Amino acid sequence: MSSNVHSPGAAAAAVSGRPGRALARAAGALVGGPMLWRLASVALFCLTWEVAGRIPVSYAFPTFGATAAAFAAMVADGSLPAAFAVTLLPLVIGVTLSAVLGVGIGVLMGLRRGAEWIAAPVFIVLQAAPMAALIPLVTFVYGIGLTSKVLAVCLLALPVIALNGYKAVRNVNPSLLAMARSFLASPWQRVVRIILPDASPVIFAGLRLGVSAGFIGVILAELLITPTGIGDLITYHRSIANYAEMYASIASIIVFSAVTLAVLQTVEVALFRPEKKGT
Amino acid sequence: MGAVRRIDAARAGRPGPATADPIVQVRGITKRYGSTEALKDVDVDVPRGKLTTLLGPSGCGKTTLLKIVAGLLDATAGEVLVNGKPISGPGPERAFVFQDFALMPWATVITNVAFGLEMRGVPKAERLETARHCIREVGLAGFEDRYPHELSGGMRQRVGLARALAVSADVLLLDEPFSAVDEQTRRKFQEDLLRLRHQENKTFLFVTHSIEEAVYLSDAIVMLSRRPGRVNRIIEPAIDRSGSPDEIRRDRHYLDTVEEIWHSLRDFVE
Ligand SMILES: Nc1ncnc2c1ncn2[C@@H]1O[C@H](COP(=O)(O)OP(=O)(O)O)[C@@H](O)[C@H]1O
Ligand SMILES: [Mg+2]
Repeated sequence: MSSNVHSPGAAAAAVSGRPGRALARAAGALVGGPMLWRLASVALFCLTWEVAGRIPVSYAFPTFGATAAAFAAMVADGSLPAAFAVTLLPLVIGVTLSAVLGVGIGVLMGLRRGAEWIAAPVFIVLQAAPMAALIPLVTFVYGIGLTSKVLAVCLLALPVIALNGYKAVRNVNPSLLAMARSFLASPWQRVVRIILPDASPVIFAGLRLGVSAGFIGVILAELLITPTGIGDLITYHRSIANYAEMYASIASIIVFSAVTLAVLQTVEVALFRPEKKGT
Repeated sequence: MGAVRRIDAARAGRPGPATADPIVQVRGITKRYGSTEALKDVDVDVPRGKLTTLLGPSGCGKTTLLKIVAGLLDATAGEVLVNGKPISGPGPERAFVFQDFALMPWATVITNVAFGLEMRGVPKAERLETARHCIREVGLAGFEDRYPHELSGGMRQRVGLARALAVSADVLLLDEPFSAVDEQTRRKFQEDLLRLRHQENKTFLFVTHSIEEAVYLSDAIVMLSRRPGRVNRIIEPAIDRSGSPDEIRRDRHYLDTVEEIWHSLRDFVE
């Protein structure tokens, strides 16, 4: 994953505890060169979309303008925010659970042979399994409620988070570990002061992959199991041929997912890798 | 050869001279990695307050021996005594300077330098003050809040040295600290090391594969043979270091000693 994704995320600022600096950085990024190019790239994309919609590529393909109008209307009538609320609840629960459990188990697998032997095969098999095929099975176990959606999110997010945590800890710089030992760090200090910071880029890469897998999981669950939230909105508007509304729903969840991932990266840099700030 | 007091290991029976006041005693250390024997029955006495060098070709086990003395590696056989007591791991009286610097890339210079003190539970204000002092000592004042990636190789190694000085250990163990820096930096660094050695009452155990560096810096040079490393002989170059660095490098004794070591190593390789 590219390391120079910035986000003007206020959430990151709140977590870093240095809101002033983070805001200044975000402001700097907005006027600075790279952000300008990114905006230009977005503008080009929208323009291409508009042109393709006007040709039109397919009668089921709305223009950018129509999609944006549909988006505004859906926000105004409250259907989009309501759908987001429904989709986000299992997503947030599932991703939080997966992050805590995944990082915990992953780090433990990296630190202890016993944990590695017990847990690693499970996650390796889970990661290899075609999850979309498993998701309908979840319904039989947990019905069509919140639990099955959370489970779908966890099934997709947990393996990649845990396996990245495990790899990250395994690949910690041995020279830094020897350094810590020679300066009399306790095992706990070694974990907290050396292993976690050194492993954090790979752990966070796993978290980002896990979050995007979680988005896949929750949307799949809504399309395949419980017709609610954004998944339902997409299905519904497709069934009545409201293509602009359908595209607006899809685009909004994509943008939301991208922004979430960018915020996550900012949080990582702020918390663990101060040396990468402003690069 | 009059200037060089030497003890030939071959003639002394069991190599390793009895030094009056050894701070570190290496006794019969053997180290095997699987089937490779890296060190074989090594005895070395490191005199207190002196700079002792381990000199030998690459792969002869210098790093291995230094890490065993540091308590970072377990020996297959033999023991290491520090101040007369056998060691069982790293200890507060020893500090290591790593060949690859081993700095935390996510921490500033001052945090890196204060690391050892932090691990020992020294309160923040106190450890930062000590760290600041050591940073000045190695000539890095003004770089306290930089990150390692913003520094040159030579400066990074100074951070590693300051970190080792900060914990006020009696023995500094340096593993080819200058191998990753350019020649000018290396010479400057060597002079700083000589100055530090006079200012601080510390013992240095220093690894290098450079004959010139060993002769320039050392009170005693322990020559290790090719793998498996054994103590081949110990040389005590009595170089007069009162002159300028250039004068020392032109000094007769200095040049003779370099030449002599070079010849004995060549005999050895052939
Ligand atoms: N972890 C290890 N596993 C196996 N062999 C090793 C290991 N570390 C060092 N060796 C071997 O031991 C010998 C001595 O290594 P080292 O102490 O690093 O030598 P030096 O520092 O003198 O170059 C070398 O032949 C090296 O290949
Ligand atoms: Mg070495």
